[in-house]
Amino acid sequence: MFILLGMPIVQIIIFGFALTNEVKNAKIAVLDNSKDEASLSLISQIDASRYFELEKNLHSYTEIETEFRRGKIKLALVIPQHFAEDIQHLHKTQVQLIADASDPNVANTLTNYAASVIMDYQKRITNDKKLPYTIDTELRMLYNPQLKGAYNFVPGVMAMVLLLVCTMMTAITIVKEKEMGTMEVMLVSPMKPQMIVLAKAVPYLVLSAVNIASILLLSVFVLEVPINGSLVLLVFESILFTLVSLSLGLLISSGAESQQTAMFISLIALFLPTIMLSGFMFPIENMPLPLRVISNIVPAKWYYSIVKSVMIKGTGLYVIWKETLILFGMMIFFLTLAIKKFKIRLA
Amino acid sequence: MANDKVITADKLTKRFGDFVAVDRISFEVNKGEIFGFLGANGAGKTTAMRMLCGLSMPTSGEASVAGFDVYKENEKIKKNIGYMSQKFSLYDDLTVKENMRFYGGIYGMSNKFIKEKTAFILEYLHLQSEADKLVKSLPLGWKQKLAFSVAIFHEPGIVFLDEPTGGVDPVTRREFWNMIYNASDTGITIFVTTHYMDEAEYCNRVSIMVDGRIDALDTPAALKKTYEAASMDEVFLKLARKAKRSAD
Amino acid sequence: MSAVIVENIIKTYGAKKNVVTALNDISFEVKKGELFGIIGPDGAGKTSLFRILTTLLIADKGKAAVDGFDVVKDYKEIRKRVGYMPGKFSLYQDLSVEENLEFFATIFNTSIEQNYDLIKDIYRQIEPFKKRKAGKLSGGMKQKLALSCALIHRPSVLFLDEPTTGVDAVSRKEFWEMLKKLKEQGITILVSTPYMDEAGLCDEVALIQTGKILSINTPQGIIKDFKKPLWAVKSSDMLRLLNEMQALDDVEDIYPFGEYHHVLLKKEYGREQLVQWIRNYSHEDAVVQKVEPDIEDCFISLMKN
Repeated sequence: MFILLGMPIVQIIIFGFALTNEVKNAKIAVLDNSKDEASLSLISQIDASRYFELEKNLHSYTEIETEFRRGKIKLALVIPQHFAEDIQHLHKTQVQLIADASDPNVANTLTNYAASVIMDYQKRITNDKKLPYTIDTELRMLYNPQLKGAYNFVPGVMAMVLLLVCTMMTAITIVKEKEMGTMEVMLVSPMKPQMIVLAKAVPYLVLSAVNIASILLLSVFVLEVPINGSLVLLVFESILFTLVSLSLGLLISSGAESQQTAMFISLIALFLPTIMLSGFMFPIENMPLPLRVISNIVPAKWYYSIVKSVMIKGTGLYVIWKETLILFGMMIFFLTLAIKKFKIRLA
Repeated sequence: MANDKVITADKLTKRFGDFVAVDRISFEVNKGEIFGFLGANGAGKTTAMRMLCGLSMPTSGEASVAGFDVYKENEKIKKNIGYMSQKFSLYDDLTVKENMRFYGGIYGMSNKFIKEKTAFILEYLHLQSEADKLVKSLPLGWKQKLAFSVAIFHEPGIVFLDEPTGGVDPVTRREFWNMIYNASDTGITIFVTTHYMDEAEYCNRVSIMVDGRIDALDTPAALKKTYEAASMDEVFLKLARKAKRSAD
Repeated sequence: MSAVIVENIIKTYGAKKNVVTALNDISFEVKKGELFGIIGPDGAGKTSLFRILTTLLIADKGKAAVDGFDVVKDYKEIRKRVGYMPGKFSLYQDLSVEENLEFFATIFNTSIEQNYDLIKDIYRQIEPFKKRKAGKLSGGMKQKLALSCALIHRPSVLFLDEPTTGVDAVSRKEFWEMLKKLKEQGITILVSTPYMDEAGLCDEVALIQTGKILSINTPQGIIKDFKKPLWAVKSSDMLRLLNEMQALDDVEDIYPFGEYHHVLLKKEYGREQLVQWIRNYSHEDAVVQKVEPDIEDCFISLMKN
């Protein structure tokens, strides 16, 4: 009852306030090749904007790539040499904006924001001059030059499908046995309870593997989303996430007594957070602190960022080791809890 | 005399595809009668009962319940009958009082009527002190008695009881039958199914269904005479053993 | 050695406020090879008792042993040795008859062939339908399949929780005949039922009501313990007869019993006295006779005291 009445309220609040496509305080890095008065002024204006937060001053072009791969920044601004001079003498110069387009929406928004800040700056310095200054912006969309939506939703769908198949289906089939009374007979047999649970989980593990394969094949050959990183790594991470989902399913099944309850818990506790808090639909960076904290316990958040890194950005384990470790920890935690909670008796 | 027949069925049939669940059954039930409706699992009892309650359309044949036709007036039938089964009867998470209020409301009874009737039933069942307790906290026997009271709450002409006493202890079972007798005394017609053969003896007349047909219909005494049996149990076994089709 | 020993078992459910006592200090023994009936209405505690004995529940207090093994400590041993058919047991609906049986054989590390002789009498009746899905079987056939599955590993003790509930009189008779045959094979059988008339088919019965054992004895023994004379009366107006006799001071109890009312009197009156009473109320075709009590009479009398 509480859930039914409370859900809409919580959802409205989350959707209305917390989940916006508007991007605030996006991390930005600057490669200032000029380091003169004008470039510093532009940088400080960008930093002052509520949309951006200066993360780092870079010193070379190669650093940009590294920062993007690490996922530390969303946007990079490159200011050419003799920035101030060019403005003064040629009345014309050019800056480069590089965006992480693995999330095309965010990339689009950010480059628009940045362009308008630059435009503002341009107006301000032009103000008392007769001849207008022009600062051209050159855009570069990293990883996803065509700004394809598929780059974003393929990893999201993978997370969702695996969660749905593994968690919900495992939970439901085990609870069904309880409902049918077959679990009672299973328990009163020499079979080890862990074996029963394992036997239930294995088919879904296999099913998930097939799902992963078909999603990847489709995305590569139909949607033309490349797998830039190591396929082996991607599969390994997917299996890891599958195991996390399975453990969660087992955990739910040990608590739920009816199929409806199992379904309900799976939906409320896993599915909705996955949609809302994994970063798939709404960027996590812009959420209020409480939600950002909560998002950390959503396994899909970590998996989503892993898949994006490996598939789209082509990074290796050295970047995503932290996420991998977290998922691994989650799996161990949920699995131990599930096995511990699985009763060798009825009560 | 026609008024005294509260249920009439004439060649009532229900088919599910090739399967004839109820095969041309004909019978009449008199007002105030306790009519036992017996049969093995799968003989077609439930299907027949559903048709009479207006829950299921017959394939062919005629039937009327409380003077209403089962084809055209099934809504009216539902208003004029009570129904209770072993499985579904009361809402477990409502209190005793709330259940009565609820059923009274469903049948469009006035608030005053509901209030008076509730007080009457609580006293009759000695349940006053449990009135505000949840139904699920009551012992099974009490639940069944309460469910019966609720089934006749709106004072219907006929009440259908589907295995009302399954699993109930022998003392409560008899108390339950006492309630049935009293209800029948006030003119309510009772249509009851049961697996307890001793309960068949309590009925005024008993019909026994075998393979979708009514194979026997008479008073318990006459049935025992016809089938040269000492008890209804024997009568039932003699008839039901002839069944060809398997249950359910 | 006894096949089952139960000593002072207590089991309660629920939290502080709403404690339900399912089993209240129950003790009994079942000898090897016996067909033991636990007879009582729903809510008497039969299922709780069976679950404790099959190691599915742990009692709050008391001890129990099955086949010489403690139900808590040696639960693994017991799980190897017992067969169990829970009340709401349904098989795997979407597996066929044969597949179900094979499945249970595998679970118990055995094969159908190994113990076929034990189940063949029962299984033969459903073998013509062995390709049919269990979900499509009739009630009686499901029951036979379930019994076959519970027997497939040749258990030493078989627990059947309300196998005949909701089953019609014919199938019930057949089921008890199967149990009799199993007993001849030396399997100890504990069976629970709400039907009093099934008591007579057991070697020994425990009558149980609201978590307490009312009596344990052979069916004959229980009837012997019923020491008061019991009368059966009938007339053409049974309801009036019941109400009128209930009002009599000398009548201790009267209740409907099949086509008769059974009457217990407070003093030892002769038949003449009963006839006299009934005549006073001007009943037609009155019949009065002395009868032997059956288990149901005993249960009623034990319940009321």
